[in-house]
Order: sequence, then C-alpha cells, then structure tokens
Amino acid sequence: MHIPDALAPAATFEEHLPGVLKGTHEFREELTLIVDPADIERAIHFLRDTRGLIYNYLSDISAVDYFDSVKGYGDYGDRPARFGVSYHLYSLLYNRRIRVKTFVDEDVAIPTLTTLWEGANWLEREIFDMMGIHFDGHPNLRRVLMPADWEGHPQRRDYPLGYETVMFSFNADEINKHKPYVKE
Amino acid sequence: MATTSKRPAALEIPTGTENALGQAQTWEGSLEDLRGLVSDRAITGETMLLNLGPHHPSTHGVLRLLLELDGEEIISCLPDIGFLHTGIEKNIESKTYEKAVTLTDRMDYLAPMSNNMVFSMAVEKLTGLDVPERAQVIRVICLELTRLNSHLVWLGTHAMDLGAMSVFLYCFREREYILDLFEKLGGQRMMTSYIRPGGVWRDLTEDFLPALEKFLGYFPGRIDDYEKLLTDNPIWIDRTQGIGVVEPEEAIALALSGPCLRGSGVNYDIRKAMPYSGYENYEFNVPLGEHGDVYDRYIIRVQEMRESVKIIHQGIKKLASTSGHFRSSNRKFVPPPRAELGRSMEAVIHHFKLWTEGFSVPDEEVYVAIESPRGEIGCYLHGTGGNKPRRVHFKTPSFIHISALGKLTSGHMLADLVGIVGSIDCVLGDSDR
Repeated sequence: MHIPDALAPAATFEEHLPGVLKGTHEFREELTLIVDPADIERAIHFLRDTRGLIYNYLSDISAVDYFDSVKGYGDYGDRPARFGVSYHLYSLLYNRRIRVKTFVDEDVAIPTLTTLWEGANWLEREIFDMMGIHFDGHPNLRRVLMPADWEGHPQRRDYPLGYETVMFSFNADEINKHKPYVKE
Repeated sequence: MATTSKRPAALEIPTGTENALGQAQTWEGSLEDLRGLVSDRAITGETMLLNLGPHHPSTHGVLRLLLELDGEEIISCLPDIGFLHTGIEKNIESKTYEKAVTLTDRMDYLAPMSNNMVFSMAVEKLTGLDVPERAQVIRVICLELTRLNSHLVWLGTHAMDLGAMSVFLYCFREREYILDLFEKLGGQRMMTSYIRPGGVWRDLTEDFLPALEKFLGYFPGRIDDYEKLLTDNPIWIDRTQGIGVVEPEEAIALALSGPCLRGSGVNYDIRKAMPYSGYENYEFNVPLGEHGDVYDRYIIRVQEMRESVKIIHQGIKKLASTSGHFRSSNRKFVPPPRAELGRSMEAVIHHFKLWTEGFSVPDEEVYVAIESPRGEIGCYLHGTGGNKPRRVHFKTPSFIHISALGKLTSGHMLADLVGIVGSIDCVLGDSDR
C-alpha cells in the first residue's frame, strides 16, 4: 500500500482552509495550531481526514483557566479570552502529535467533537463539569464527576479550594447553624 | 450575614424543598431526565431499569451502572462515575511540583509508578530537566514491575468475577512479592512516589536486585500456571470468546487505548511508537488481538506480562553497564543529598529554596503520554511562570474505557456484563481522580 508523504499541518491549512488558522506556537517540539472556537470542528475534521495529515486518534481534550486572582477579570495577558481548550490529536499513520487550541469566554459555546469521535463525549462532559464551558450539539452535556446538583465549576481559578472550620465548643453552635443537616 | 464558616456561597446547599433556581427538589428523580439516554420503552415501563453498583463487587470499586434490561438482555447501559472524585487536579494547583508527585500515586492506585512517571515527565519537559541514564533504566524496571502488579490484580479479580476463584489467590501471592519489592525501593508498598522529576528518589537498595532476580526466576512458571487454569478452560472460553467485541474502527472512534485497543488489532503502544525513558533500546513484542473480544484482551495482558519479564531482564543487564547517578544533579531542580548539607553552604541554600519555594517553570503547556498498564495515560501540564501549576489534567484510560461501556455491553446478557467490565480493566480511582 502506498502511503502519501506527511505534510506540514500549518502550510496545508493555509492552502486549503485559508483564514481558519489564527496562529501557531511551538514549545519543546510540540506544535500548537490556534483557531477560533466556531471553527474547531471544521479544523479538526480537516486534520483528521486530509491526505498527508490523518490525525485520526483523539488523545485528550483539556481546558485551562487563565483567570488571575491578582489581576482579576478581563486581564488574561496576551491571551484573547479567559479559557483555553486544547485538543491533543495523534496520527496513528505518521506517528506524530499535534495540539489544536482555542480561546473562549464563559458565554461562548464550542462545537462538539462527538460527531467525529464518540470518545470525545465524556472528555467534553468533564470540561463542562469542571470549567463550565458549553459544547454545542453535545448529546448529553451533564456533569460527570461532580454530583448533579453541584453549584459552580471546581477547576476554575476563582473557585476556592475550600475547607471546613474546625469545631470547638466556642464556635460549635455557630457552625452547626450553617451545616446542611437533614431537618425533621 | 456574619458567619464563622469559610465556605463560599456557591457551596452552600439550599435547604427546604426548592433549590436555588426555584425548582422543586425531589429525591426520586424523574424518568423524563433519562429520555434520549435510554429507549422510550423504558419510559413507558416496558423494559426494566436496574441499578448495578456502586457497591457491587464486580464493578471493581465504586462504578454505578444504570442498566435497561429486556429480560436478561441489556438494551442500554449508562455508567455513572464520580463517587471517588477527590479533586486531585485541583489540589495539585496549590502545591509545588515536587510535592504534587505524592498526589499522583493516589489516582491509579494499582499503577502508582506510571502516574509518577507521567507527571515527572511532564515537569521535565516543561523545565528541560535532564534524566541520567541510570535513572532511566531504573524507571523502566519500575514501570514494568508496575505493569506486572496491575495485570496480576486485574487477572485475579477478572477471573474471580467469572467464577475461577483459585486464580485470584495465586495472583495475589505473586503481587504480594512485587509490593515487597516496592517496599525495598521506596519504603512504601503501594503509594511509592519513587519516580520524581529528574530521576528517582534514591538509588536501588542492596537487597533489591537479588530479590528481583529471584522473582524473575520463578515468575514465568507462575504465568504458565495461570494459563493452565484459564487459557484452554472450556468454561472460560465460553464466557469470554465473542463477548464484548470491538471493531478496530470503533475502538479508535471510542478513543480506547492500551490492551483494549490492541485487542482489536490496532498496533498502538506508546513504548514502541514514541519511546520514552530509553524504551527504544529494549527488545520486546507488542501482542495484538484479532477478534477484539474479552478473550483477546485477556490473552494480550497475559502475553504482556511475559514481555515485561523480558524487559526487566534486559534492564538488569543495562544497569550493570550504565554509570551515572540515579537522579539529575541540576541543583536548581533537584535537592542535594543529605550528606552534602554539612559541607557546602550552597547545598544548604539549594535545599532551603527547593523545600520552601520549589522551582519555577515557564508559562507554557505540554502534553505527555505514556503507556500505563491500562492504556494511554496523559498529563497536560500548564505552568504559570511560578512555582505552582496553572492547570494539570490527567487523561486517564479508565475514564475513557468506562465511557465506552455503553457501546460495549448493549445487546449482551446481564451475566456477560461482568466479564466486559472486567476486561476493560477500569480502576475507579484512575477515572475519578
């Protein structure tokens, strides 16, 4: 079987989908392609099915929050939005990895990848659960790790780790007043 | 409202019968919530909904499965996880990189070294830290011992689920010996924290290698014993062949990895594809399946145990021929040995800096994946430029494999579910983190 030569992802993008690629970044030999959230499904579909690219294995989807407790809302340095969502793809054919990254704010939804890989289902659910980022077209966008009635998204940087006050006799009444005991 | 409690408002659980949105709260839940996830026949009551777990012994931990049954046939299966969620990723964000290693043990408690390894590798990649050759060989030996440890627990419990009780006892006997070996290495049997950024915690102890060689001497015979009990056993074959079949295309679409992916015949082993820690210098085979059923996944794991023994043998040989230290001597990242502290002022400064502030990594992101006993375990690490990570995310194989359970089990009998859940080798600490 003839296997076509591997192509450079960024150049192929420019050739076939001009304007979709917003930038590239390379660190420690890891290539990152930056695209707009609305283009994410189109871009990854292109990476998966184009001759010479064939990034056909979904390794991981991770999200990161650039909120800084010192600088506060709105200041994310050189990043255009609060959250970064990184898609890590792997090519079983050419044995190489790539990262596709997009930046979103709280109120922007990203197209789902469940249409391309069913395995994206729970990875996206986890990001919704932990970061509160919505995915458009996801068949079952519910919490996966936290309880269904949990409020807030724990992996956000402005979500405190939280702890319980140690109970002594002088503050026991005050603490008990706020504990969610079952009422008769 | 003045309160001594430091709980943020978002965590307060509303009292009364209404939640914060004004919706009535009930404990029963509604079948309407399941519309679209189970078939419509379940809503009308034609098929039965059965709750399996989270305290069922065959679920290997706290996995809850909501099953829709038509007689004994599974129509749909909804896995529910999170009962073991401990917020490890969130906790690591408040710890320095060296301290975070101990938390990674607690994810996949049957393969702690793999977790240490993937996190350490991510830190090394971000900082550009070197790992001496001797440390790499020790790491390979540890990783393969971990694979044996994990596969032994898997084989024992999987066989016991399907009714072969004695295999369990034999497997745990050998596993006990491996845990003793780990104790010799790092002083801990399960939560080893032995692999650290820059190498391993300390050099091999004197009694480790003789004990390891003794183990390698008798262990291949023990694998023969397990195979004698199972491989040609007609009951075992009846229970496992043709059950839980995954086609190769389906396996890739479901993002399976490890023995579950190779059981379907997809040749993807990160030790071969993207070698780390010097795996390119070892000779070993990657067993592949043909049918993608429970039996193939069993055979692959058994053969992987034999390959691991081969790798460890080669590792011991390499150990004799490699010189060098067991840990990087870059003092900006690795604390100096205790003996140096009495002699060198610089060592004292480095020691103090590393154990108080820790080291800083650049404000960049990396993704590192290695082949854990269960499959591809990945670590996404994003630094801040300071001494604590901005975000660490573990892509764990159990999480992905449990998400595929619905696909794997539909159309099978309820009794086969136990075999399928066993064959994907899920550890709930790994999936829930």
